[in-house]
Amino acid sequence: MRSRVLEAIRQALGRDAPASADDVVADYRESIPDTPPPRQTWDGGDAERLIERLEKASATAERIPSAAEIPTAVARYLAEMDAVNLRIGAHPDLQGLTWPSSWEVAEGPADAADAQVSVTRAFAAVAETGSLVMPSSPQRPTSLNFLPDIHVVVLREGEIVDYMEAVWPKLLAETGQLPRAVNFITGPSRTADVEQTLQLGAHGPRRLHVLLVT
Amino acid sequence: MKSTAHRFKAQAREALHDDTLQQALGHAKSGFVDKRAAAVAELPDFERLRDRGQLIKDHALRNLDYYIAQFADNVEAQGGTVHWTSTPEEARETILGLCRDAGARQVIKAKTMAGEEIGINETLEREMETVESDLGEYIIQLAKEPPSHIIAPAVHKTRAEITRLFDEHHHHVDGGRLREAPELVAEARQVLREKFLDADVGISGANFLVAETGSVVLVTNEGNADLSTNLPPTHIVIAGVEKIVPGLRDASSMLRLLARSATGQDMTAYTTFLTGARRAEDLDGPENYHVVLIDNGRTRMLGNEFREMLRCIRCGACLNHCPVYSAIGGHAYGWVYPGPMGSVLTPMFIGLDGARDLPNACTLNGRCGSVCPVKIPLPDLLRRLRDYQFEQHLTTRTTRMGLRVWGWVSRHPRLYHLGTRLATAMLRFAGRGSASRLPLAGGWTAARDLPLPTGSTFQQQWKARGKERRP
Repeated sequence: MRSRVLEAIRQALGRDAPASADDVVADYRESIPDTPPPRQTWDGGDAERLIERLEKASATAERIPSAAEIPTAVARYLAEMDAVNLRIGAHPDLQGLTWPSSWEVAEGPADAADAQVSVTRAFAAVAETGSLVMPSSPQRPTSLNFLPDIHVVVLREGEIVDYMEAVWPKLLAETGQLPRAVNFITGPSRTADVEQTLQLGAHGPRRLHVLLVT
Repeated sequence: MKSTAHRFKAQAREALHDDTLQQALGHAKSGFVDKRAAAVAELPDFERLRDRGQLIKDHALRNLDYYIAQFADNVEAQGGTVHWTSTPEEARETILGLCRDAGARQVIKAKTMAGEEIGINETLEREMETVESDLGEYIIQLAKEPPSHIIAPAVHKTRAEITRLFDEHHHHVDGGRLREAPELVAEARQVLREKFLDADVGISGANFLVAETGSVVLVTNEGNADLSTNLPPTHIVIAGVEKIVPGLRDASSMLRLLARSATGQDMTAYTTFLTGARRAEDLDGPENYHVVLIDNGRTRMLGNEFREMLRCIRCGACLNHCPVYSAIGGHAYGWVYPGPMGSVLTPMFIGLDGARDLPNACTLNGRCGSVCPVKIPLPDLLRRLRDYQFEQHLTTRTTRMGLRVWGWVSRHPRLYHLGTRLATAMLRFAGRGSASRLPLAGGWTAARDLPLPTGSTFQQQWKARGKERRP
């Protein structure tokens, strides 16, 4: 029960009444420096840093000149596949594109089939760590990030931020609250649970490819 | 999980003589340590980041009542339900009840140490199929064993053992050919994919709880937590109340510490912030979202001199850097949490009497404390537990007597110097090299040799050196 657990916590802290918001805020200001925490810095642009970190995390990336190039780039990336079952997030940048006629293309969340490819539109990316930011929304159903075999993410260069801290105000600006799920994706799925040797494609996508629209 | 921590000595001995275990531990030994060192070296001023981690957690714990209430209010404002539990029994009953309400026949779990702590699997397994989805956790579930490491639960298993388990459980055969790691991973993926899709309930832990937004933070490399928490119609989070951080900014700082300390990554492949139940416009995600908060002894620690232990973010760095853990693995510790953090937590959760060897399974080399991302003074806490054992008469009579004599002698410097000089002279007389047997110290020499002294005592050398240095 809420009141019992909270009472036990207060007792342990030697407090008779609930802490007031003002006191807690004052304590926060006093105890935690207002400066950013130590974080990595890099020479060169954020886009170069992002690509370097993505590759370090076993993902791949390429630059394309415009969103119209997306189908060509995806087709090139999947050249060795005979049949492509593509699932796309219903983002304006991904709608109305002309995909190869032999492909099966649909919009919406991923379904059970494992051998799918998803193409989704990132909300942002973090240069420091090489992470793609994928908040859930009708344009970006979360299952597209995890069920398909291959995940292709489209990102515009202007959406890259330096640090994770810069993502929060951007996300909160739209609705003032976080979407149900915010996934930071840094490379394809991996495990080292068998004798500490790294294997890609544990449960999520085996491959992650980023198309950076410049 | 029933504790066997009282059998620590016997279990440690068995572990040292278990060739398969030693082979598996050999694989892991330097990997974690080297990767962490490389990741830390890349970040300027990691020390100051550790300070920040400590400040954030200390502040959050000092105001835990405020933040945990704020967290709960925010979860409920987003369509989730928060359940507050004090004991493991209460937590198990609550979770079982939620699964029953969901009409669950199949449950998929993402690794949760809080879940291990309350023994949730045994309770659920009686009524419904309960499957672990983290590959390591799945392997040990097949082997019917507890985890031996908090972030690499099957680190004690060799490829041959995993092959045998998969043969038995997936193919019902015995003596199949030894398989390579990629084959084993692909096989588990295929088997578990079905389980994700069929599950009625997904259960996960939480790496952090964010008060400001009511978010639960989950980190994995496999993506199993995301499949577990996104596909089934019901998601249940199990979290200790101490997981709280004030805001998103603080969570970002803590994440910089977590992956680097644990696996040496900048970020794990998947870092996810979950806030409430599926929204009206969402196309996927669980409709029913529950957070079960557990106390289970945490408020007791909050009120005593072990509060610092509540800063722990379960990264496993102290295990990886502990020479005792590296030699015997996790099972010898006898309960859910092994290594240095476990040697503090187990006595807190199950009582010092049932875990009296754990605070002593430590060489006080201090590495655990020096790598801890939130600067928990683990060696000090272990020493404090030793003090309690002495005060509570939990140490043996001979040890107590010995310590009393030692205490008396060390308070009389002349006698102490005379004693050490005599002992050194006698040991020098005994021979060269090392001694495998010593009178009155049979217990100590049973497991190691004492290098015999070759020169004068430290005190004598110090004195002599002081004379030289003086102008």
